[in-house]
Amino acid sequence: MSWLSPALLFVVAWLAVFGQTQFPIVRDWLGTPPGILPALVVYAAFTHGIGVVTSLSVAAALWLDALSGSRLGASIGPLFAVGFVLHARQHLLLREQRYAQFWLGFGAGIFVPLATGTLLQFGTRQPYWGTSSAAQLAVSGILNGLMCPAAFLLFDRLRATFEYQPVGPGPFRADREIKRGRT
Amino acid sequence: MLKRTHYLVALGTVLLLVLVLLNLPGTAAARLKLAVGGVFLPLFGAVAGSQSFVDRASYNLLPHATLVAEVQRLERDNAALLLAAAQGADAIAENNRLRSQFGALPRGPWKPRLCRIVSRDASTWWRTALIDYGSRDGAQPNQTIVANGGLVGRISAVGFSHSQIAFVGDADCGVSVIVAETRDLGVIKGSQSTTEAGIAELTMLQNCPQVMPGHAAITSGFGGVFPRGLPVGTILDTRPSVGGLYTTARIRLLANLNRLDEVWVLQP
Repeated sequence: MSWLSPALLFVVAWLAVFGQTQFPIVRDWLGTPPGILPALVVYAAFTHGIGVVTSLSVAAALWLDALSGSRLGASIGPLFAVGFVLHARQHLLLREQRYAQFWLGFGAGIFVPLATGTLLQFGTRQPYWGTSSAAQLAVSGILNGLMCPAAFLLFDRLRATFEYQPVGPGPFRADREIKRGRT
Repeated sequence: MLKRTHYLVALGTVLLLVLVLLNLPGTAAARLKLAVGGVFLPLFGAVAGSQSFVDRASYNLLPHATLVAEVQRLERDNAALLLAAAQGADAIAENNRLRSQFGALPRGPWKPRLCRIVSRDASTWWRTALIDYGSRDGAQPNQTIVANGGLVGRISAVGFSHSQIAFVGDADCGVSVIVAETRDLGVIKGSQSTTEAGIAELTMLQNCPQVMPGHAAITSGFGGVFPRGLPVGTILDTRPSVGGLYTTARIRLLANLNRLDEVWVLQP
């Protein structure tokens, strides 16, 4: 069942991109489309191999660009950068702690749209970039900060339910072993 | 060592893919984009189906007397509109006769087609949407989109079953407009600094102190994309540029772009 968790990640990313294009009332209220892809990539970087992280970043970015005015491929770099760096440095991060997950999601939620917007500035068409952009980045950061621990919680439970659990140490204790023979 | 190789392979693959995608020719990139967007067709279908179900259910809940009153009101409106259309057709025919005497091309009546917005832009950087109208229905790039009696935008990319539209003020949808009262010419530029809903920025081509709040902005027809005389919005306020060479005005668009569910495509 090791395929289940990556498959679920892809399905959730697919639905998340679609959700960004719907619910106009939520979009108006937040002032920005409710994007949670950075949080999903953070989760994938801590729990899956680099292959899953790369393919998730590429697929999600292509889906996102397909439903936006951005040129196809414009969002791949920032999403992949988050996944790549976190995956390479995961041993240095307190990934089990909820507050660490929040701040990682928060950072990714700000970095990905900021880097995408900066890259788009170099294109032929100039994107919207105004006073409300800072507020939109903050909303994206908070949303992803909240979604990141939620993703850890949800996917870890699913993995615990559907995947084989690691065998524990058992009752044997080496220090209580009776040694036979002369000492 | 193996892990490092994996990282290098992943990095190289992504770099190559990004380079290829960003260097694709414009038409190929647009087609590939609409093809990738095709993975969402089942979800678009599901949303459309559920909306239609909810609509049908709500119609069944409406009292008969309300429906009859609504039909009667629509019949009255229809009769008045038919009369106005007959009058308009006569004026269009007369206008075309006069235009032909000056050697100008005739301005035919528009053939509007109702389309549904199936998705909005997934990012904050652009003002675009997808509609359920593609090449199989006769969609062509640059067809004009209107709603609520005002200009909404144009078709920017055409797919088989869906098309992408760029709203007024998007980087892909600059509009040449004139102020109806003063006949001053201006441009709603492609890239806007304002992200306020329903507001666009109009840059006049010269200093125009006579343009006042409340004046109407209509399409000029000079850009070659939009037909002349379509209402765009009303002037909210104006301010002179630094040096006073030209005037910048804010326009409240007639069509509320954030609340649109259906739009009309003007077919030639």
